[in-house]
Amino acid sequence: MKSNKKSILLVVSFLLIASLVAACSGTSTPGAPVSDPAADNSTITVSGSTTVQPLAEKLAEAFMTENTGVRIDVQGGGSSVGVKAAGEGTSDIGMASREIKESELAEFPNLEIFVIARDGIAIVAHPDVSISNLTVEQVRDIFSGKVTNWKELGGEDQNIFVVSREEGSGTRGAFEEMVMGEDALITSSAILQPSNGSVRTTVSTTPYSVGYLSFGYLDDTVKSISIDGVAPTEPNAADGSYPIVRPLNMLTNGEPTGNVKAFLDFILSEAGQKLVVEDGYISVK
Amino acid sequence: MSVRMIADKTVKIVLFTSAIISIIVVLAIGFFIFRESIEAWTKLGVGEILFGAVWRPGQDQYGILAMIIGSVSVTFGAILLGVPLALGCAIFLAEIAPAGVQAVVRPAVQLLAGIPSVVYGLFGMVILVPLVRNLNVPGNSGYGLLAASIVLAVMILPTIASIAEDAIRAVPENYRHGSLALGATKWQTITKVVLPAGKSGILAGVILGVGRALGETMAMIMVIGNSVIMPKPLSGNPLTYYLSQARTLTGNIAVEINYATGVHESALFATGVVLFGLIMIVNASARWIIRGQKFVEKANEEQVC
Repeated sequence: MKSNKKSILLVVSFLLIASLVAACSGTSTPGAPVSDPAADNSTITVSGSTTVQPLAEKLAEAFMTENTGVRIDVQGGGSSVGVKAAGEGTSDIGMASREIKESELAEFPNLEIFVIARDGIAIVAHPDVSISNLTVEQVRDIFSGKVTNWKELGGEDQNIFVVSREEGSGTRGAFEEMVMGEDALITSSAILQPSNGSVRTTVSTTPYSVGYLSFGYLDDTVKSISIDGVAPTEPNAADGSYPIVRPLNMLTNGEPTGNVKAFLDFILSEAGQKLVVEDGYISVK
Repeated sequence: MSVRMIADKTVKIVLFTSAIISIIVVLAIGFFIFRESIEAWTKLGVGEILFGAVWRPGQDQYGILAMIIGSVSVTFGAILLGVPLALGCAIFLAEIAPAGVQAVVRPAVQLLAGIPSVVYGLFGMVILVPLVRNLNVPGNSGYGLLAASIVLAVMILPTIASIAEDAIRAVPENYRHGSLALGATKWQTITKVVLPAGKSGILAGVILGVGRALGETMAMIMVIGNSVIMPKPLSGNPLTYYLSQARTLTGNIAVEINYATGVHESALFATGVVLFGLIMIVNASARWIIRGQKFVEKANEEQVC
C-alpha cells in the first residue's frame, strides 16, 4: 500500500517534469506570443525596440479608437528582437530603432521595411562642461577613449567620463553606425547604463561626463552639444543639417495585408505623422 | 475508509506535491539555463568564456572573467564593510539591548531586508555616488566598486544580523554563567566564550550574506558603472582599486538580455550557469557549516549530561 502510493507520487512528479519540459521547449524566444498571430486578424502584435515602443503605443491607441474591432498589442524587447519577431512571424510587426543589418536581411529576405519616423541622437554633457560644440571626429575620439581630458579639446583640465548604452541597444547601435564608423569601438571604461533615462541621470549628476541621448529625452538637466555648429533640434534634424539621425522602422514579413496594412497606412498618414511630431520625433513626410 | 482519513490523505498528497514542485522548479531552472548555454560553451569553449578578459558581443568576444572578478570584488568589499556592522548589531540585540530597545532596533534592521533593491540603487546613485566622487583621485567617477560595496553591505546586513543573533542566542546560558563566575567581564564573556561557541552559526550567516551579495542585481547596475573592464587601481595607491568601475555577473545578464540573440544570448545564459554554480557552492557550504554546528551542540549536551 505504502510503496504503491509512493510510486503514484513518483509518476505524478515525472509527469509534472515532463509537462514543464514540454511547455518550455516550445518557445525559444522570450516574449514571443505562443499563439499564431496570423490566425486572428483582429489582433495585431507589435514587438521590438523600446525606443519605438512608446510611440507605437500612442499610434496604436489612436488607431484603436477609430477602428474599435482591432486590438493592437505592443511589446518591447529591443531592436534585435523586433527584427527576429517580424522575420519569424511571431509578431505581425517588428520595431527597430536602427538600420537593418545585412546579416538580418540575409536571414529574413522577405522583410518589408517601413520608416515611420526619424530620431536624432544628441551628444549631451554635464552642465559644468564649457565646450558646446564638437566635430563628429572629436565625438568619435572621446567615445573611443582616444581623448580622455577636456583640455585636449580646449576645455577644462578634467578627465572625461564617457557614459554609453549597453551592447545591443538600438540607440547605441545607431550611434556606433553614424559616429563611430567601422573601426572605432566605444571605450570599455565607459560607464554603461541600460536606458536613455538612466544615461540622462548619470550625465546630469556626474561632473565632466558626456553621453548620448535620443532627442525625446533631452531636457535642462544636461547640456546638448552642437555638432559642427549645428544644434541638436528637431528642425535641424528634419532639414538634414544635423548629422546624427536614425530611422525608426516597422517591419513586416512580406507585404502587409488587412488590418496590419491599415495600421501602417494610418501611421504614415497625416494624422499618424502628427502624433510622431507630437512625441518629439521627426516626421518622414 | 472514513471521510476523515480521506481528508488526511488528500492533505498529505497536496503537501507532498508542493514540496516536489519546488524541487522540480529548481531542477527545471538549472536545466533550462544550462540547455540555453550549451551553444556558447561548445562554440566558444569553456576556457574562452571563463578566462577570457574581453566581452564585446559586437566583435564576438565573450569572456566573463572581468565580471567574475567584479562580482567577487564587490562581494568581498560588502563583507568587509557589512560583517562588522551586522555582527555588532547581532551582539547588541542578543546580549546587551534591553527588551524595549530590542523592540525598536530589531524591526528596524528587518525593515532593511524589505526595502526593494531598486530603492537602494536609487539611494546609491543619487547620494552615495556623488559622495564617493568627492575622493580626489583622477579618473574617479563615483560609480564603481566602493559605492556598490557600501550599498551591498547595507543590503546584506539584515540577513547576517538575524542569523548571527539566533546563533548567539543559541549558545547555552551555562556558558555565560560559567564565564562570569570565573570573573570574566561581560565583554570578555562575549568575545572569548559566546562568539567562539556561536562561531559556526555566525559564519553560516556570513555565507548566506555572500550568497545574497552575489545575486544582487538592480542596485548593482545602478551604482557600479557596468563597464566591462578588469578593475584596477586608479593611482599608485592599491586602495583605489575600489574606485574602479566594474560589472557583476548578474548585471551582465540584466543589462544585455533584452537585446541579445544567438550566441550572445547563449553566452548570457552561460554567465547564469557560472552564477548558479557559485551560489550553489556558497549555499552548500553554509548548509555544511550549520550542520557542523548542530553536531557540536549535540556533543556538548552529551558531555554535560
